[in-house]
Amino acid sequence: MENMKSPRLAYGEALAELGEKNEKVVALDADLAHATQTAIFAERFKSRFFNVGIAEQNLMGVAAGLALSGFIPFASTFAIFGAGRAFEQIRNTICYPNALNVKIVLTHAGITVGEDGGSHQAVEDISLMRSLPGMTVLVPCDAIETKKAVFAASNIDGPVYIRIARPVAPIITNEDHNFEPGRANVMRKGSDVAIFATGLMVAKALEAAAELEKEGISASVVNVHTIKPLDAETVLKEAARTKKVITVEEHSVIGGLGSAVAEILIENMPVRMKRIGISDVFGQSGTPDELLEYYGLTGENIIKAVKDIL
Amino acid sequence: MNLKELQDISKIVRQDIIKMIGKAGSGHPGGSLSIVEILVSLYYEVMNIKPEDPRWEDRDRLVLSKGHGCPALYSVLARRGYFDTDELATLRRLGSILQGHPDMKKTPGIDASTGSLGQGLSVAVGMALGAKLKRKGYRVFCIIGDGEMQEGQIWEALMASIHYKLDNLTIILDHNKLQIDGPNDTVMSLGNINDRMTAFGFDVYDVDGHDFDVLIKTLRSENNAGRPKFIIANTVKGKGVSFMENQVGWHGKAPNAEEVNKALMELGGEI
Repeated sequence: MENMKSPRLAYGEALAELGEKNEKVVALDADLAHATQTAIFAERFKSRFFNVGIAEQNLMGVAAGLALSGFIPFASTFAIFGAGRAFEQIRNTICYPNALNVKIVLTHAGITVGEDGGSHQAVEDISLMRSLPGMTVLVPCDAIETKKAVFAASNIDGPVYIRIARPVAPIITNEDHNFEPGRANVMRKGSDVAIFATGLMVAKALEAAAELEKEGISASVVNVHTIKPLDAETVLKEAARTKKVITVEEHSVIGGLGSAVAEILIENMPVRMKRIGISDVFGQSGTPDELLEYYGLTGENIIKAVKDIL
Repeated sequence: MNLKELQDISKIVRQDIIKMIGKAGSGHPGGSLSIVEILVSLYYEVMNIKPEDPRWEDRDRLVLSKGHGCPALYSVLARRGYFDTDELATLRRLGSILQGHPDMKKTPGIDASTGSLGQGLSVAVGMALGAKLKRKGYRVFCIIGDGEMQEGQIWEALMASIHYKLDNLTIILDHNKLQIDGPNDTVMSLGNINDRMTAFGFDVYDVDGHDFDVLIKTLRSENNAGRPKFIIANTVKGKGVSFMENQVGWHGKAPNAEEVNKALMELGGEI
């Protein structure tokens, strides 16, 4: 079995490391510090950590006030409560004022929240966050990329949303891998079809591409770690070469990666395309693997989609 | 400044509010007129500010959480020299620096964008925390509305300001007792605010929100160590214009030309 690591843990460690290097970095949480792993930062930098309690609206507002005081706040909770409940606070007190320098790092995104069920599984967060002017949306694919995303976010002057899933995930990148927000990484180059994937689905796409190769089908796999600004150049280049595009995301097919890629293609280079994601339904309880299977977020299903459009 | 000077400025600010909203054809006169003395006290007598340097790091901050009262704030900022008074006539026009609700990226002197009720107090809490973290001595003032207190987020922020012992924070409630749909107590009762805020742990001051002497004294006084202040400023919605006073209908309605003239006459015309 490949190397596994929790992206959440990577976030907590990276945040603490960043806190060491930059004393302007402060962290906030809404009573989920041990789940989001901001607790690691909290232990090391007690005076720069604020637990606002179970109050996500206030979480975003207080973070905005700290940004207005010259700090770089990292505000964390679960994706459903941050991007969902506090959407308007993010819009009106973080983005609208002056693209305030708040980093919104939300964990437990997508259906892989698992047993807690549909109420806790955010499958709309990418859609919501990418609709906000000035917001950068990062969806790292593994623990190594999560750390890079945290550091990269601290260098962006403005609001950044980082989406992190709950389960441990296979390490599929390495330290030398270039991570530049807005620049998608072509992980595998192919000629028959281009698979654009984000977050945990990048690993599934790589699995699928390896299987497809055995059958003589050559698939590109592009790790779209930045949904906004989307790397239109890479999208168009891959689409031009393969003329067939698949998108895969652990998110609703409405408004997420699939929509973002489709928007670019339809205006520039319409090609055959298929979106894999949550098909406009809510999640439910189950183990993460059962749910991925149930909602069709598997290598097998990617293979099927590729064969459908070839 | 003596009382007469403060009253004269207030009169000018009230005239500005009527002219601005009249010209714009929309806006919120009632809740603008009710906060005039609070703002004049803050910007002329209480806050440590440099109008020529609106982003001066050590300045005291004001968050107008009830952002719809911004015509009053715009007038005070202009009269205080943050920007040209000619701008006042552009309120709510396309391209204006004076948006329908406060926009910090457009208006010099606005410390936080507000308007969506319930959100500004959280920003003020963050600013007060930030000041403490930086070991800066500046103070943060936040004006909230009574109708606004029905927003759940206000209570989240109230809890936080007590929890973090924000003795650099002063919350001023513009208690004019009316909101769009009617009296607070009819729409959604706020109960005894003094009792509730005292129980929360605030040092509560129940004052006449149009009385300069008491306002300035209360706003100036240092907070007790570890305690945020909560000032209940009892005000009259539409204050200074007889036909607007205590009239719920003037929450969000612009006066027509005739009403503008009538109001300006009452406010004493030129000073």
